[in-house]
Amino acid sequence: MLNRVMEWFRRMLGTPSSSSVAKERLRLVLLSDHLALAPDVIEAMRRDIFDVISRYVEVDEAHSDVSFEHKEQGIAMLANIPILSLRAREPDLGISEESPPKEETSVLETVSVNGHKTDNYGRRPRKRRRRKASGASQTAPAQ
Amino acid sequence: MTARRIVVTSGKGGVGKTTTTANLGAALALRGKRVVLVDADIGLRNLDLVLGVEKRIVFDLVEVVEGRCQLRQALVRDKRFGESLAILPAAQTREKTAVTELQFADVVNNLAAMCDYVLIDSPAGIEHGFRNAIAGAAEAIVVCTPEVSAIRDADRVIGKLQERGLPMRLIVNRVRPEMVRTGEMMSVEDVCDILSAELLGIVPDDPEVIDTTNRGVPLVLDPAQRLGAIYTKIARRLEGEIIPFTQLGTGGFFGRLFEALRAG
Amino acid sequence: METQRVVNEPIESPQIEIHAPAAPVDTQKKAKTRGRAIVVTSGKGGVGKTTTTANLGVALAARGARVVLIDADVGLRNLDLVLGLESRVRFHVLDVLEGRTTLADALVRDKRVPSLYLLAAAQNREKDDVATDAMLALVEQLRGDFDYVLIDSPAGIEMGFKNAIAGADEAIVVCTPEVAAVRDVDRVVGLLGNRINAQLVVNRIRPALVRKGKMLSVQDVNAILRLPLLGVLGDAPDVIVSTNRGEPVALDEASATGAAYRAIAARIAGEDVAAPQASEPEGFLDKLGSFFGGRR
Repeated sequence: MLNRVMEWFRRMLGTPSSSSVAKERLRLVLLSDHLALAPDVIEAMRRDIFDVISRYVEVDEAHSDVSFEHKEQGIAMLANIPILSLRAREPDLGISEESPPKEETSVLETVSVNGHKTDNYGRRPRKRRRRKASGASQTAPAQ
Repeated sequence: MTARRIVVTSGKGGVGKTTTTANLGAALALRGKRVVLVDADIGLRNLDLVLGVEKRIVFDLVEVVEGRCQLRQALVRDKRFGESLAILPAAQTREKTAVTELQFADVVNNLAAMCDYVLIDSPAGIEHGFRNAIAGAAEAIVVCTPEVSAIRDADRVIGKLQERGLPMRLIVNRVRPEMVRTGEMMSVEDVCDILSAELLGIVPDDPEVIDTTNRGVPLVLDPAQRLGAIYTKIARRLEGEIIPFTQLGTGGFFGRLFEALRAG
Repeated sequence: METQRVVNEPIESPQIEIHAPAAPVDTQKKAKTRGRAIVVTSGKGGVGKTTTTANLGVALAARGARVVLIDADVGLRNLDLVLGLESRVRFHVLDVLEGRTTLADALVRDKRVPSLYLLAAAQNREKDDVATDAMLALVEQLRGDFDYVLIDSPAGIEMGFKNAIAGADEAIVVCTPEVAAVRDVDRVVGLLGNRINAQLVVNRIRPALVRKGKMLSVQDVNAILRLPLLGVLGDAPDVIVSTNRGEPVALDEASATGAAYRAIAARIAGEDVAAPQASEPEGFLDKLGSFFGGRR
């Protein structure tokens, strides 16, 4: 009985109702369940990520890891991909001559793709756009 | 003339599959359809109990499959419904692996040749018993309560049904409008949203239902039971009639008035 | 988390007067301290096994015991959800049994009750994937590190159930006052055999309906099952709210159902708490009532 009074107080104070808490928890847990049940989809995602990144840098696939992690507000995909070296630049990549050469880094961290509708974890990795050599096109790495 | 073969399933145990199968079957039978109910819960049978025919079982599903009796011999007719309602009981002392999916599908197909509806009461879970139950079906009814565990399991089951290409519709069971109103329970809309499912029926929570299942009396036969009308509506929707759902728990004076009507 | 050998500290005594030794009298204990392995089961689905496992785990751990909960419902896991730990599960039982991770990494520690740990079930596997021997070995290993190993059994009597009871010496059988449940539970009690000591928890009793003759009484249920009565629980809506939030009622001092679970935990621990009232669900009694002690 007292528990229900507490629930009423919580509602009056504007804290989320237990049903809305339940809905949000379910949304995340079902997303997580579906991901766990779709190893082929995850594998396809991994392949696509490696393919994209490999156009810019040479990666160590054998020691790479793509996983999903529960964060407070959603589920994030984490990609931990060791970079071995840069690839030779190709003109049609549309990389601006002015952009500073990348330092060699050992690991490209936290390419986050959010399972949430609103993006809390940074930009999605941009699709590579082919541009004419005259146009500048940013290839800023996703954060 | 082939019957519609519908499996009633849920994933989660205890959400009302057997009660739904029994009462929906009874409602269809009262409308003049010939209905056979199949208990797929080998080892833990309960459909017979809920219908009150447990003392009249002679043969069961496993004995049919093993050829120790004819299918017709195993059917227990519920005399309250004339020739319209019969049940094929499960075996109580065997395991679900006693029957293969092919054998189960075979039995269901044979039944479908002699009635209008075959309703299959699935066991809980997603293992062998569940796979048997859906093997014979062409459509599914998923029963779910507005609680997190039930919804999670229903989601899993819906995934399995989709893998098999079985169309499904949802019955949300044990809704407590007063708790939905206060935000203590998820609403029917919430459940349908989360599961992306088409709604077939809404059944409010009623503790007196336990008494009717204890006594083996289908709700449609007990005029004191308001829920009987709800199962009749569900039966009519199943038949293709468009019957609007009453908004439960809309709140306020009119909300309470609508709830008093308790339509499903 | 380091797995450590457990040194059995005396269990912290609550406000209740104790007239009996605090430590449980466990005739199956070996000379070296070994935890108790208890399966929570029923046969019938939806009677409250998972809720009971979660809340008893919380209540026992809150008393200072080291408790590990194992979800044996492979494919349809829910213990993590009921406990509110679903977002922290990284690995599951099969990851451990198949060598992809260590037990220490797979155990999820409950931050609210630090001596409570969860070992989750796999969501994307099947119950048949677990070998009974492996389950037995796992439970044995955990008994070396924990005071209580509680195993949440799935519904049914198939492989999932068999694996759940594999390592257990004791069982808590949960039953609701409905003929279908009593029938299923009766079957399960038979399957538990002589090896496992079973006790009964009757869940979702509604005294008003019992009085009107519209619900089986605890006596009706136990006349068929004939088990020692461990506890009686009512049908309170706060359980629904608590699973919505992932906050087990046993954490809530104000919850009557929580008090009932704490009383059951006390009994499991061997305390001389007042015997469960057959006519009223527990927790509805004034807490003072339990001060009168009385025989179990």
